[in-house]
Formats: sequence, C-alpha cells, structure tokens
Amino acid sequence: MYAVRLWSVRHARGLSRCYTLFESLLLRLAPLFARLGYARIERPVAVVEAAVKGLLFDCRMCGSCVLSSTGLACPMNCPKQLRNGPCGGVRADGHCEVKPEMRCVWVEAWQGAARIPGGLEAIGAVQPPVDHRLAGSSAWLRVAREQGARA
Amino acid sequence: MNFEDEPVPGYPLPILPGHTSPGRLERVLRAGTFAITAELAPPDSADPEEVYRRARVFEGYVDAINATDGSGAHCHMSSLAVCALLTRIGHAPVMQISCRDRNRIAIQGDILGGAAMGVCNVLCLTGDGVQAGDHPQAKPVFDLDSVSLLQIARGMRDEHRFESGRRITFAPRVLLGAAENPNVAPIEHRARRLAKKIAAGAQFIQTQYCFDMTLLRRFMLAVEDAGLSDRVFILIGVGPLRSAKAAEWMRSNVPGVHIPDAIVVRLRGADDEAREGRNLCVDLLQELRTIQGVSGAHIMAYRQEESVAEVIDRSGVLAGRRPWHPGREPREQADRKTS
Repeated sequence: MYAVRLWSVRHARGLSRCYTLFESLLLRLAPLFARLGYARIERPVAVVEAAVKGLLFDCRMCGSCVLSSTGLACPMNCPKQLRNGPCGGVRADGHCEVKPEMRCVWVEAWQGAARIPGGLEAIGAVQPPVDHRLAGSSAWLRVAREQGARA
Repeated sequence: MNFEDEPVPGYPLPILPGHTSPGRLERVLRAGTFAITAELAPPDSADPEEVYRRARVFEGYVDAINATDGSGAHCHMSSLAVCALLTRIGHAPVMQISCRDRNRIAIQGDILGGAAMGVCNVLCLTGDGVQAGDHPQAKPVFDLDSVSLLQIARGMRDEHRFESGRRITFAPRVLLGAAENPNVAPIEHRARRLAKKIAAGAQFIQTQYCFDMTLLRRFMLAVEDAGLSDRVFILIGVGPLRSAKAAEWMRSNVPGVHIPDAIVVRLRGADDEAREGRNLCVDLLQELRTIQGVSGAHIMAYRQEESVAEVIDRSGVLAGRRPWHPGREPREQADRKTS
C-alpha cells in the first residue's frame, strides 16, 4: 500500500535495524533450511515473504532484493524499474514523470538512505541489472543460502 | 581544426595513450578545449539525404553530433542508422542509447554494430517513459538502466566481454557518456548520483537543459567538492528558446526541463522573442565558459537547428577554432592522401 510504503521509508532507520537482526536470524537458520531442503520450503517462504514485504514496501518479488541499499524504497515500484535511479524526469514537486500522482520512488530511496547509517554509501554502489529468472523467488532464502554457504 | 596525426581528416584517428576511442570528441576534450556538441533530430523519413541536410547546419561549429534514440518516446529514424550515415561522410556522432525500447541482448549488439560503423561515442540513457511519446500503448522495456548500461558497455570495451561473460573478439573502442539533470530532485544527491555514473564508466556527461545558472553553479560546486570534475568531462545542455510560450510548454510537458520564471519573463518582454531566445543562449554559453569544471556545451535546439551556428558564433566559445567537417577539405584530395 502506497501510504505504508512511504511510512516505511520515513522509518528506514528503525526498520533497517530490524532487518539486520532478521538477517542474522536467517543466517542462523541456514543449516535448518538446508536440512529441510531449499526447494521444498521455497514456495511457503516466498508466500510469507511476499505478504510481509508486500505490506511494508509494495514488494514485487523480483527475487533480487536490494531494499537495504535503496533506503527501503522498493525500486520495482519505479515505472522504469530503475535499479540505479532516479532518472532525469523527476517533476518539480518530487513526483514521478510517468505517474504524476506518485512520489518518485528514487527520491524516496535517497531520503531513506540518508536516514540509515552507511545508507548513502550503500545507495552509491552500482546495482547490476535484474536477473529476470529470479522473479517470484524468495530473496530471504537466497540470502540464507548464499551468505550461509560463505560463513 | 585538424589533428596533426589524422590519416584522412574525418576518418578514425590513431588512439593516443590514455584514450579509449579513435574519436575527435575525445581528442578535443582531453586537450582541454571547450567542446561543443549538438543534438540532431532524426527524421521521420527513410531518406538519408534528410539526415545529411540536418547535419549540414552544424558543420564547422560542433565537435560531435548527437543522434537521439526515440527522444521523448517518439518514433523516428534509429540512432544507430543516423550514426552510420553520419560516419560515412566523416562526422563524429554520439550514439544515444535509451533503455526504454530494447533489452540487453539488442543493446549490446547495437554497441558492436555502431562501433563497427565508426561510432566513437556512446551516450547511455535510461530514456523517457512511453507515456511521453506518440506510442503510449507500447511496452516499456527498461531491462537495463543508464548506470547498468554504462557498466556493461565498459565491460565490452575494457574486458572484451558481453554481460553474459562471453568473449568479444574485437572490442568496441568508444568513449562512454551519460546524462545528468542538476535541476530536479533529489538536488542535494545529484552529485552523488553522478559519482555513481562515473564509477560505472561514464567519461563524459551531457546534461539536460540548464537555464538556471544558480542551480548549475551549486551543482558544479558539489561536483568539485566530491572530487569528480577531473574524472569526467561535463558538457552543459543549453538551447535557444523560441518564445515565452514555447518555454512554458516545454517546462510543463517535457520531462526534466526546468526553466525559471525570470527567463520566461525576459522572453515575454522582448519585441522579438525568438531573437531574445538566441540572445539568452549566447549569454548562457558565455557564462558556462566561466564555470569551474565545465568542459563544454551540448546544444539542443529542437526545430531551431539553423540558429545554432549563429549562437555559437556570437558567443565566441570556439575562440576562433573551426571544428573539422566534411567538405572542409575536398574529398578527392583527402582520399589521394591515403593512396
């Protein structure tokens, strides 16, 4: 929901702290996930993830979540789906070129990033283009699998 | 101006140490000369002569000609084709690539194709949304954005690889550019975003129209403070406004264009608004020369292209220099030089 997602960006600092805790939980659970089998739990986890992130961020389940680098503004809500925005078409009132009724997702993102410690460094990193094969898959499990394997 | 080491004027130059392209624009920029580029509006036509006619008005006044890629989301002759026509007669085009209409497979193919046909400069853009153009019902692609496109293009050039990692046997030797808009939100972060584009591979920047010199100076100070101005060549977008009415239309209908009220008032108060628009452009060009970190100007004179030469002449920004153009040296004479 639009209003909730603006709220989330306004509270980027607190929410990102929550996410950091949640991420360490995910990493701790990685061995359990592995025992259960990632393929088997993919569907139910993705459903929960879509519900939670859908409520808070209007998440589109791109499968390559970068919320922690975008001030908790989901870039998939940008009509151009920029991963390194904003574009040059932002309106004078800070609204979107394509959807004039909507605040520019990336203006929000930079403001959110400025609220998170280290957020401006994170948003300054170049994001690769989306891997469209991952659409619909759980980014939480991907974090657990990839970072869990590295740990 | 000719370079001493050009085999045939207008043909690709030897690549100097530290340069990435055999192009004239890179030579001019790296020499520290105030460079001029101009935007060519591609025709709604399949007639090549139409492209040459539109390029002719710039001859002797610009260092490179930008071929737009469906600008304003309107359908026109493709930028790749315009560039191929221009390089045939020795022009130095800047091939604009927008991410709106093609995915990464098509775009990487166009970069190779453009370079093969003599394109030495590529401008990586996200592109206007389809709602702005004459085909609002079209599918917006946006598989890449300007920053990821820059990174991929640099990988093709420097690492000789496609995004997939597959090898390219002869890399495209191009100067990579990007756009920036100092006039729109988030203004306080625009310099940081520029840093991101430089990190992704941008070597030159062509900005959106800058009519507000206060905003521009503030942006350039931020660029200086971030230590970016010696890592990229910045060409500022300017252009002659036809009338107060045209200015008002542009600022409310063209995405990203900001024109301060003072400019509209100045135009409205003039007897000949078009002439005042050109005077304003001359003033802007002269002011740009005084701003630290500005490497040149990018002139966008949509449907007023014939006034570009006059504006450049009167501004004196070329400082007596005459950029090379086809026909400056008779072609037969040039060809004889190589044989």
